[in-house]
Amino acid sequence: MQTQNFKNPVVRWIDHRLPVFSFMHHELHEYPTPKNLNYLWNLGSLAGLALVTMIVTGIILAMHYTPHVDHAFESVERIMRDVNHGWLIRYIHMNGASFFFIVVFIHIFRGLYYGSYKAPRELLWILGVLILLLMMATAFMGYVLPWGQMSFWGATVITNLFSAIPFVGESIVVWLWGGFSVDNPTLSRFFALHYLMPFVITAVVILHIIALHRFGSNNPLGIDVNGKQDTIPFHPYYTSKDLFGAVVFLTIFASAVFFYPNFLGHPDNYIPANPLQTPAHIVPEWYFLPFYAILRAIPDKLGGVLFMFGAIAVLFILPWLDRSPVRSGRFRPIFKVFFWLLLADCVLLGWLGAKPAEGIYVVLSRLATAWYFFHFLIVLPVLSLVEKTRPLPQSISTSVLGGGALAGAASATKEKPDA
Amino acid sequence: MSDTAENKGRRDFIVVATNTMMGVGAAAVAYPLINQMNPAADTLALASIEVDVSGIAEGQAITVKWRGKPVFIRHRTKDEIASANDTTIADLRDPQTDADRVQKPELLVIQGICTHLGCVPLGQKIGEVKGDFNGWFCPCHGSHYDTSGRIRKGPAPTNLEVPPYAFISDNVIKIG
Repeated sequence: MQTQNFKNPVVRWIDHRLPVFSFMHHELHEYPTPKNLNYLWNLGSLAGLALVTMIVTGIILAMHYTPHVDHAFESVERIMRDVNHGWLIRYIHMNGASFFFIVVFIHIFRGLYYGSYKAPRELLWILGVLILLLMMATAFMGYVLPWGQMSFWGATVITNLFSAIPFVGESIVVWLWGGFSVDNPTLSRFFALHYLMPFVITAVVILHIIALHRFGSNNPLGIDVNGKQDTIPFHPYYTSKDLFGAVVFLTIFASAVFFYPNFLGHPDNYIPANPLQTPAHIVPEWYFLPFYAILRAIPDKLGGVLFMFGAIAVLFILPWLDRSPVRSGRFRPIFKVFFWLLLADCVLLGWLGAKPAEGIYVVLSRLATAWYFFHFLIVLPVLSLVEKTRPLPQSISTSVLGGGALAGAASATKEKPDA
Repeated sequence: MSDTAENKGRRDFIVVATNTMMGVGAAAVAYPLINQMNPAADTLALASIEVDVSGIAEGQAITVKWRGKPVFIRHRTKDEIASANDTTIADLRDPQTDADRVQKPELLVIQGICTHLGCVPLGQKIGEVKGDFNGWFCPCHGSHYDTSGRIRKGPAPTNLEVPPYAFISDNVIKIG
């Protein structure tokens, strides 16, 4: 890394000894970024924004929360009623979790469509899937903390997933609980881990960004950057674009926080936990519903758990399932159709996860689960062998500048965002 | 030190021995850090309760809390006992005779925890859904249990567990 010559003498003095300013200049300012990124490329920085929001509000909530079965529910109610602006901070944290998942899900589907998981970005993708797993664990433990009915029974059902492991399952569950049921030891350890996990996520996010900056962003065309003519510096072009995206995101987020703060939650969680009474209809938070539908679709305990975790595991090996050399779905006519089918399938699974496990819903869950795995394990490997892809453009700059081979300074004025 | 074959062998031994001892040491440090999450002594101490079962009328059921979980105690009717006995054992997912699950046929004591993912099945109170086999029904993922608490239909792998209990007099049982 080359050190910069900063004008400010203090900055120069520090940078000579500790090159943080050079580092930031290199990675956030001059960092060459493909010039054709569309708005779907905003979701990465939005996920970062969501993470920071969650950490800040979370630390504040921890100052007022009591991780004890006798006080947890009431301490949350106290935050909502008595603590100055406590309602605001909790509603931001509560809805922030949902919005974090919305952003990350879009981010993932962006990667799926444009083949961002393909060489040389396999590890970048795998780190991303790891972040998703950590987020799920964090969200699950956070949901337990208010100690409402859904908290308690969600914790019971999810920890019991581990009892499906042959031989050692029961011991693992008792170990997770620190007792013979979800109780005070469970609550206090979940609080400790819920506080820790975001920092683990932050560490993996840093690795994710290091891996990203190794080869730079993928782009809607899915072709490699050939040189300077294909890129623009990150600042001010993408900093301002990301900032604009952040404003749009925050507008939507704020509307949820202020006008529909409980829309994505479940009313039963405002009933204090009761270990002797399971609510008639327990559902996880909406972002777990597709996985929950897969769990319930399999009429066998261990099988259900394996398929549910398998739904994530298959994402880890995705770079080796889809062998097509063409990254972007734009140039893959058949893949494109299957992509939208997969998206529809995931939405269907999410809807089914919220329905009772009976009748037609069970049948549909099984079909949708089968399709999910069929897509990854059969469709993608076969497509990479048989699909006839469309011709790729010569380079990003020729495509952006209207496809003319003689794209010069004059046609540069026609440059438009490629969305 | 000279580089003879003998010295190389000695050095390899030292490296392997050091690494092994480091592994043993790491495991010794990790054990208490992991084991602390297991149930603590006070949690284990709360392990038994006594219940007077004389007040449960025929056809009635009560729920008591043992180790933080519900235990179902049902005074079964003659019909319920008959239907529990009138079952082809070979057809069961977790084959067990009714006699193996009770100490007195009229009194069924079982853990009220679905063996699938730990919800509390319905069927204790009058008016609750009892499932296709007139025992219990778990609303979470649709497991049906019969009048002996055996799994008959749905995702649960095993029968509702019978907790360790003993009659300490005709009317009182000790669970745990």
